[in-house]
Amino acid sequence: MRPSRYFHCFIGVLRREFQRTVQQRSRFISALVRPMLWLAVFAAGFRTVLDGVTVPPHTAPVDYEVYIAPGLVGIIVLFNSMQSSLSMVYDREMGSMRVLLTSPLPRSWLLISKLLSSAMVSLAQAYVFLLLARLFGVVPPALGYLAALPAILLGAMLLGALGLFLASRIDQLENFAGVMNFVVFPLFFLSSALYPLATMQAASEWVYWACMVNPFTHVVELIRHALWLDFNAPALTVTATAAIVLMATAIASFDPARRMFSGRAGRH
Amino acid sequence: MTDAVSIEGLSHYFGEQTVLQDVSFSVASGAQLALLGPNGAGKTTLFSLLTGLLPIRTGRITVFGHEVAESPGKALANLGAVFQQPTLDLDLSLIQNLAYHGALQGMAPGEVRTRARLELDRFGLWDRRDEPVRRLNAGHRRRVEIARALLHEPKLLLLDEATTGLDLASRVNLQEHIRSLVQERGLSVLWTTHLVEELAADEQVILLKAGAVQAQGALSSLVAAAGMADAKDLLLGLSAPAHTP
Repeated sequence: MRPSRYFHCFIGVLRREFQRTVQQRSRFISALVRPMLWLAVFAAGFRTVLDGVTVPPHTAPVDYEVYIAPGLVGIIVLFNSMQSSLSMVYDREMGSMRVLLTSPLPRSWLLISKLLSSAMVSLAQAYVFLLLARLFGVVPPALGYLAALPAILLGAMLLGALGLFLASRIDQLENFAGVMNFVVFPLFFLSSALYPLATMQAASEWVYWACMVNPFTHVVELIRHALWLDFNAPALTVTATAAIVLMATAIASFDPARRMFSGRAGRH
Repeated sequence: MTDAVSIEGLSHYFGEQTVLQDVSFSVASGAQLALLGPNGAGKTTLFSLLTGLLPIRTGRITVFGHEVAESPGKALANLGAVFQQPTLDLDLSLIQNLAYHGALQGMAPGEVRTRARLELDRFGLWDRRDEPVRRLNAGHRRRVEIARALLHEPKLLLLDEATTGLDLASRVNLQEHIRSLVQERGLSVLWTTHLVEELAADEQVILLKAGAVQAQGALSSLVAAAGMADAKDLLLGLSAPAHTP
């Protein structure tokens, strides 16, 4: 099959992802309202958390708003990835996924296109948030916005792959909300999104190690360092490795027959 | 000439339940064949195996000489499918739905637009191309699904209970359209139904019951061979349990 066909396929999946996002404006807006509330309300109340503490990559103490902004970019990406996976479960239940799965292009390419498209939507949301965050004093260097782009994209691919894996394991739409609560919140709270790792370690050793094994921590750190024009090699290594492993697992475990045939196919 | 579809020794199971049992038949290129059977006869499972949605475990399916299990891409490129369950994105417009399908087939946007115009025009729906599908009635939605299935110019059209939920006029209209496609384009069509009134007397039919082929031939011949008064009695005979206690 000609390479141009793969490209047209990807563009088609990407266009549909954006068309859906535009049509579901409330989804786009709510994805921004959540982190803006954290920034405006939560961060205001916790301003003293970082009193006098210097957190890498910064060389001097920064306001709490500046500290949590990369974590909030992470939560935008995380929620959008889960939302995209939820739409896959919905498509599977409603039957529209058959259109995707009867494409002559390899299934792995279709899923990668879906992941990358969802990541692009996350990227758009993240940049709208970063622009709004300037109103709250979060002003990274101009080149930082550019440097953060691959970091956010890679993080979105990792989290999208996680969502795809969950979607392939979850039988019913109504179960997805429960799984999101058990996955999204632990990923977010047991990470460096809200508090520096050193603060976590001082409070509890096990919480620190939970944060360290959480790939979301490394996504947030990668974004934080990139945004302030610093390169965090360990965060990149962990994020890239986790993304590749999760993508391979999600694609390999994707079973189109699951729940598409009145629950019978899972037993065939 | 290569058959449009060739199925040999196809069996499928859901756990302990046999859904298809040693099914073999073929559809000649440019021919139209109907699968007639009551609900649960295995028609939809057969379509799911044909379209690669279910893995083939026992038996062999080829589409224009391409084996579905070995070369799914080549087999799928030759077919267009309309499933029993509606698969249109209701929030997207007609043209957006077709564009998505075209892209999944690897078609360039310009080619998609030209083909979409041709197929939607055929149903008189081009002027409504920018309306969300949600605004269309069930009959028009089915027409859009058929237009979409034909967008990439497949040589084989699969219709799984495509007329379910449509009123009589819409069903007749759709049938006529499919027959004209067979005649004008030499399109091969394999379709399933449990509504005998949709079948013409000379329609080539395969009778499917409990996952096995019961008989094959022209509908009128099958009715006569079974000693039934009409096709409705034939279907009622198929619907009856195989064994009485």
